[in-house]
Amino acid sequence: MMEHLPALMIAIPLFGAFTTPLLKKRQNIAAIWALIITVITFGLSLLLLQEVLSKGIIVYVFGANKPTLVLPSGYRVPVRIIFEIDAMGAFMALSATLMSFIGALYSYSHVEMETGLEKYYALLLLLEVGIIGMVLTGDLFNLFVFLEVAGIAGSALVGFRNYRGEASEAGIKYLMVSSVASLMVLFSIGLLYGQYGNLNMAYLSRQIHLDTVDMIALGLLFVSFAMKCGAVPMHYWVPDAYTEVPAGINPTLLVATYASLYALFRVSFSLFGAITWNMARVGWIMSILGVLTMFIGVTMALVQKDVKRLMSYHAISQTGYMLLGVGVGLTVLNDPAKLSAFGRAAMAGGIFHIINHIIYKSLLLMTAGALFYVTGTRNLNEMGGLARKMPYTTIAFIVGAAAISGLPPFNGFASKFLIYETSYQLNPLLAVFAMVTSVLTLASFVKVFASAFLGPPLEKYEEVREVPKPMVTAMIILAILCILFGLFPNVVLNKLIYPAVDALIKLAQYQSWGGLV
Amino acid sequence: MNGNIIAINFPFIVVALLLALGFYTIGFKRNLIKVVIGVEILESAVNLFLIALGYVKGGYAPIYTLAPKKAVGNMVLPTPQALTLTSIVIGVAVSALMLAFAVNIYRHYGTLDVTRIRRLRG
Repeated sequence: MMEHLPALMIAIPLFGAFTTPLLKKRQNIAAIWALIITVITFGLSLLLLQEVLSKGIIVYVFGANKPTLVLPSGYRVPVRIIFEIDAMGAFMALSATLMSFIGALYSYSHVEMETGLEKYYALLLLLEVGIIGMVLTGDLFNLFVFLEVAGIAGSALVGFRNYRGEASEAGIKYLMVSSVASLMVLFSIGLLYGQYGNLNMAYLSRQIHLDTVDMIALGLLFVSFAMKCGAVPMHYWVPDAYTEVPAGINPTLLVATYASLYALFRVSFSLFGAITWNMARVGWIMSILGVLTMFIGVTMALVQKDVKRLMSYHAISQTGYMLLGVGVGLTVLNDPAKLSAFGRAAMAGGIFHIINHIIYKSLLLMTAGALFYVTGTRNLNEMGGLARKMPYTTIAFIVGAAAISGLPPFNGFASKFLIYETSYQLNPLLAVFAMVTSVLTLASFVKVFASAFLGPPLEKYEEVREVPKPMVTAMIILAILCILFGLFPNVVLNKLIYPAVDALIKLAQYQSWGGLV
Repeated sequence: MNGNIIAINFPFIVVALLLALGFYTIGFKRNLIKVVIGVEILESAVNLFLIALGYVKGGYAPIYTLAPKKAVGNMVLPTPQALTLTSIVIGVAVSALMLAFAVNIYRHYGTLDVTRIRRLRG
């Protein structure tokens, strides 16, 4: 079974996605079935991570028993679909499966009253398949297919509450952005195929020598993936999509966004990693894009009244930290002294921030969903005095808000501190902007806390009770993870993050999957 | 000679025109259905690009059964065609979903004008 782990990672959630609609008559059972599937997938991804950490890169070929098998005519290129899993991919797969599980658990109560739940869970599992496929694959075209799977499933979920016109508006916006971005990805895949005649990333990265066509392909890939991960000039779809999607999908949708970020890193570090002279410039572009993203995101967040919309703008702003951290690493990639002095730590900060942000932002969006569940509104001005009624939600919110503002000992502090420290060494201004953003984030969450939870109890919320147990459990699990990651950052960094960073930096390892030279 | 270059590159010129037309339609048309058509035009541009890349003059389809003698060693690798098929299938799903959203938006807003479908803002 162990050698077929990569295929099972796709097959099991896909099987779940296509069996869930059969349970149309019993929607409760559909929810439990989806929950079981997500738990199994989570277990598999833990096994996968362990395999990768102990044995190195896994190469899995569909339709042959070894990747070196060539065509009968003797034409020696990798023609089959190849999954290539290094520590970075396994790390992203772990985040995706964990968050799908949390999302399914939370959805069990959160969307109980809606209709069409069997489709909801089928789409949730399909979204999970899309993300897992994107992060595990070693084939460019396969990346495009899974990007589209995630995009279609994600936008259908954004428009899930089809009795609201706004949900459809957000859904078509998201679908438009994701389909144009994926079409441009396909176009650049076509350019690269026309140049080199194959689609395997490891194989392509040895041949790319950056002439004009390659540069166009790099630019198109960079822009499309930046567009899909919500970096600044193309961020407008993020608040709409995150606000309208049911809160149980938010964790998975966040990971879907960061799967595009993963693709961006994969393209810059692995596919185009062999080109030495240009990547410093791309790294600077990435860092500056990161600073702009974090600053514009947070200033937009300050003025929001809708609680989920406010948090969504913070999601944009936090994406900036990841771009900054990894961008700093990319800038000094070809300078071994600087790379070991601060580049590696900067990338660790950026990648650590991905999982930290997924955890605390899911937590926050889920508390916002809990507020919506009990009050029926998302407007902060209409809430108040809910702390006494909903103690668990309040605790979860405090933990999440402290984590996103980068207060010790929560997990946001650990990764943000790494980013401040290292971006300061590249250019002090970058670190200044990062810190100012953090302060503004704290200010904005103090506002949310004061207006939703504090203050005198309002009469219309007399009857409000704490949200149902599955929702509380999901929030408490994430809150505990926030505290654990903050208290023991070294364990997480050594076991999970530094292997992922090294997987990105060490291109030769990625290229050498044994054969076809 | 000059005419020959244009003849060889003709599909790619059409691709460039279609891409420009698609982006123009997405960016400047106000009717939501037309914007969806713009995405479709972009998609056909990309599909045409892939198919034009895969064309080899004098090549044979890689079907070994009943292949003529001269086809042996002269067959094309069918990857671009396979990519295009997959991309067409995905495109159908995308356009179906976009049109479904458009129908739902029309029901709730009573208009398809993209400048007036703006309840989400700020």
